[in-house]
Amino acid sequence: MAKMDQKKDKANLERRDLIKGLAGVPVAGFFLLNLWQKIRRDKIKKSNLLSSLVKEKKPPAAVKSLSNTRHLNIGVIGYGGRGGHLVRGAGFATTGWTNKASENAQKNKLDKQFETFMTQEDLNCSLVGVSDLFEIRADQGIDASKNETRPGGKPQATAKKYRRYQDLLADEEIDAVIVATPDHWHAKIVIDAAKAGKHVYCEKGLTRTFDEAVEVHDVVKETGITFQLGHQNRQVEANEKAKQIYRQGLLGPVNLVEIATNRNSPWGAWVWNIHPKGNAKTIDWETFQEPSPNKIPFGEEALKRFFRWRCWYDYGTGLSGDLLSHDFDAINQIMDIGIPKYASSTGGVYFYKDGRDVPDVWNATFEYPDHKDGGLTLLYSATLSSANPRGNRIMGHDATMQMGGQSGGGSIHGFAVTADELSTQYKERLKNGMINPSYPILTYSPGSKDIDGVTSATSKYFANKGLLYTYRDGKRVDPTHLHVKDWLDSIRGGTQPRCNIDVAYHEAVACAMATESYLTGRRVEYDAKNRKLI
Amino acid sequence: MNTLNPSIKTNQYQFYGLVTLRFLIGWHFLYEGISKLLNPYWSSAAYLLDSKWIFSGLAKTIVSNPTLLTISDYVNMWGLTLVGVSLMFGLFSKYGSLVGMGFILMYYFFAPPLVGLEYGKPNEGSYIVVNKNLIEACALWVLYSFPTSQYLGIDRFLTNEQKN
Repeated sequence: MAKMDQKKDKANLERRDLIKGLAGVPVAGFFLLNLWQKIRRDKIKKSNLLSSLVKEKKPPAAVKSLSNTRHLNIGVIGYGGRGGHLVRGAGFATTGWTNKASENAQKNKLDKQFETFMTQEDLNCSLVGVSDLFEIRADQGIDASKNETRPGGKPQATAKKYRRYQDLLADEEIDAVIVATPDHWHAKIVIDAAKAGKHVYCEKGLTRTFDEAVEVHDVVKETGITFQLGHQNRQVEANEKAKQIYRQGLLGPVNLVEIATNRNSPWGAWVWNIHPKGNAKTIDWETFQEPSPNKIPFGEEALKRFFRWRCWYDYGTGLSGDLLSHDFDAINQIMDIGIPKYASSTGGVYFYKDGRDVPDVWNATFEYPDHKDGGLTLLYSATLSSANPRGNRIMGHDATMQMGGQSGGGSIHGFAVTADELSTQYKERLKNGMINPSYPILTYSPGSKDIDGVTSATSKYFANKGLLYTYRDGKRVDPTHLHVKDWLDSIRGGTQPRCNIDVAYHEAVACAMATESYLTGRRVEYDAKNRKLI
Repeated sequence: MNTLNPSIKTNQYQFYGLVTLRFLIGWHFLYEGISKLLNPYWSSAAYLLDSKWIFSGLAKTIVSNPTLLTISDYVNMWGLTLVGVSLMFGLFSKYGSLVGMGFILMYYFFAPPLVGLEYGKPNEGSYIVVNKNLIEACALWVLYSFPTSQYLGIDRFLTNEQKN
């Protein structure tokens, strides 16, 4: 009996021991139950938002590189700030730039400019011609063509300097030209280049006037050259993702789109440095002002105008061609809006009273009464005296897409789509709590592998900040490089680049309409049949 | 310090209070770890980029180097998960508490709520010098000092102490 009791006691002790030893198991069980519920709920939420809504989740297929098929010789006409960036996109940077960028990278480990440049694809081309009306800049272009610090190593050929772009175009060795002069020269150079059989990459805005846009469009079409307009936003993945989302109707009918420019620095307002070496000897002022409506003799004012040309209608169109054009093209890329029926704009020179005649605060509206959603207004609002990051908004009946937090040249850093609390499409999901109108239903951050469908305050925060995953896959790519590559690959493959003359024409006409409205103080209508502004 | 003073068992309130604390912190670590493991987009980069004070330089070095960043991501995801398992099941809990304390102190020092430091990410509460990280680190110190897993937890089978 005693023996049995002893055995029982021992068994009891062992059981108690086991229970105490495994005390964490019920807690873990409760944890797993909750985890399972959470995973299931997130899955339903995601499938609601992603699988059924976002049909195409994969990034656009990478285009096969055609760089190896044919070596191309390129020339650059206008080697200023933007021209320098474009030529870097083709793989050539000045020694000054590579030295500075490599120094910056050593000072600040997060500065990836040098690494991004050095790891960009070698586009199998040579920079063989440089033309600029400012001697110093032309020399910098020559220096860039010789610099061996570049992707692909020592260049195959180096550049010749041309004072007149016509001589550069006459060089039979040159296959293609990058045009990055001030806007008032674009039309003439592009037309001459096309007629000389050269393929053209032209910086935006396409032209200074409406008539020039029509002429450029027609000549490019007639000659059949490969033409690319410099809206590198066409290469930005966020825009392609946004396009998928819009096309699938996730935003519902869209009747209002807001785009904005918010800058607040002299640089942002085109008060650029007057080069200390700029003088009558180094600058060909007469050639510079040849196509401009008003001419002035060379002097202090001319020097100012040469380096800060965006401030005058004689050479450009101010906010219209410089910044509206980018955001307009991004919306055209996402929504295929084309040319508006009407445009009106107002504004003035309210902050930079420095003699400029282009407005520094400017608002333009574009009407699309025949848009498929019943009609659409595109509203552009710009200021050069406040950097409040308004971003761009595509406002649909069911959801709004907020893109970027800053607009400094059309670069969109990411977007968040938030459901409208009175949406029809999401009514049920809003009611049963699957969609919370306070948080985005979709977010996209640059560099992320996919659209993220988790709705949380954190994802909202990071989408706006656009920081995540930039370094994840180790490589960052400059959209300008991709845009130049797209153009060169299209030349080789006989295809159309992403910002071809058709979409370039949309941008040019829309901007010209808004400029015309400001200058004449009336609403401007586009007569599509006769290609005229009324 | 190595073992739990048996007298604590005589006061059930004290003992089970400590065990509950262990379960709760274990739960917190486990979910922090698992939620990161389940999210293919999670990266420590954003947290590190917002780092201020003495470790901000180290944080930038980690973010700018893809290899270091990947290591940092894995260490965090798996470290948090394992500490969670350790505390919840009472398995090597003393070490779990110590490692957990290390993690939390690291988070604290990468972004301490000191006067004059401002962060991009909004706080969910109001903190000055002391925040929940510091308190949780302190709680882990308590757990390290009172290894309840020797009585309640798998460690019970692994220690040769007299059990009851």
